[in-house]
Amino acid sequence: MKSRKLFKLGFIMLSLMLVLAACGKAKEPEGGGNASDAPGGEAKTLEAIKKRDKLVVGVKYDTNLFGLKDPGTGQVNGFDIDIAKAIAKKLLGDENKIELKEVTSKTRIPMLNKGDIDAIIATMTISEERKKEVDFTDVYFKAGQSLLVKKGSPIKSIDDVKGKKGIKVLAVKGSTSAKNIREKAPDAQVLEFENYQEAFTALKSGKGEALTTDNAILFGMMKQDANYEVVGGTFTDEPYGIAIRKGDAEFVKAVNDTLKEMKDSGEYAKIHEKWIGEKPAQ
Amino acid sequence: MDLSVIVEHWDRYIEGFGNTVLVSLLSLVLSFLLGSLIAVLRISPIKILRIVSAAYVEFVKNIPLLLIIFFFYYGSSELGLSLDGFTAGTIGLTIYTSAFIAEAIRAGILAVPKGQTEAARSSGLTYGQTMIHIVLPQAIKIVVPPLGNQFLNLIKNSSILGVIAGMDLMYFGDLINSDTLDTVNVYIGVALFYLVLTVPLSFGVRYLEIRMART
Repeated sequence: MKSRKLFKLGFIMLSLMLVLAACGKAKEPEGGGNASDAPGGEAKTLEAIKKRDKLVVGVKYDTNLFGLKDPGTGQVNGFDIDIAKAIAKKLLGDENKIELKEVTSKTRIPMLNKGDIDAIIATMTISEERKKEVDFTDVYFKAGQSLLVKKGSPIKSIDDVKGKKGIKVLAVKGSTSAKNIREKAPDAQVLEFENYQEAFTALKSGKGEALTTDNAILFGMMKQDANYEVVGGTFTDEPYGIAIRKGDAEFVKAVNDTLKEMKDSGEYAKIHEKWIGEKPAQ
Repeated sequence: MDLSVIVEHWDRYIEGFGNTVLVSLLSLVLSFLLGSLIAVLRISPIKILRIVSAAYVEFVKNIPLLLIIFFFYYGSSELGLSLDGFTAGTIGLTIYTSAFIAEAIRAGILAVPKGQTEAARSSGLTYGQTMIHIVLPQAIKIVVPPLGNQFLNLIKNSSILGVIAGMDLMYFGDLINSDTLDTVNVYIGVALFYLVLTVPLSFGVRYLEIRMART
């Protein structure tokens, strides 16, 4: 009797371990690729674009607001795409002289360094690690963690959550934003949910006072339901930049000039408002 | 296998474990009371009570527990009272388990020979008295093993609180996992804590079964 029980127990544990091992630690390394032997690098991109009379840009096809393929029309639209069009207009005189190629976080750096694309405009955060493999232009979108609250909420920024006991902040399990909010506001009670949709539903049904994650995702939710708004800017820094093959200072400068012109002329603010739903915070 | 993660995150395991014990005990008592009531209604002489209770059992036991829990968690706000994950989870588990308990108890009552009821009623006992003094005491013995299984299921099902921030063992297991990414060991720890609850219950039920068979 006893040994049978023990056997049963062992069997349960074993199958448990097998199942968990199969779905555990499935994190894939990001980036990689071969930066040094990139063909077409070093000050040749601009020349190549003009000769080809077309700008080839790597963008996301699956990211709401930034680069999303419409399954009906097959068109890809978003903030990143409008930035790319503006650059094409500046360099080639026509915003339609552009070719979009789908990239993912994993494929974008290898594709750039292989010469498949001229630039990456794909919600890519500027980081020291990535700077070893590619060059970045100036920041074109200030991403970072922020708060979504019901309109008229007394919470106006992260400071209103700090130091007060009992404020419930909703987040998603396994996200860095849950960890960040615990560090920034240790007195808040953090409730974590399975995914963004459930966390947003919980916010709507009053299970907490604020929802926290990357502002890009929060802006998407705000578009879904106008009763909610993103407040207080960002309290972590994840600036998005345009990535260009390493060593091509001429092309970086050309893109930076375009970005600066767009900001000065108000075109950037227009694109920002079109996709994000509000003017860029200064 | 390196279970040091359990020691390192002992506080959170214990907090979750405490809430799992609490939700299990609360739902166990409440679902037993509710389930017994439903069972008695299901075999009552009044037709409308039989229909209503049968409908309750069929409805509740044929929808997924997850939906019942979501209904009480997210739905409660529509009705103007916003339940937290723990409360909504306790109510949901109670409702869900009560349907199965009602079925088990009903089966036990029906297994008591009909002559017992007839004899009691003809001695002048009311229906209620017959149930309480004659039928239920005998039915309980028959019902102990299936009830024990329902209570085991209840404890395991309580892990559903993890998806509505119910602060139970599973919820904290998920959080520890996302902090450490030590997936296998974290959940082995969670499983061990559940076993601490379920194995003694399992043996307790077996012991009761043997004792009651003797009397």
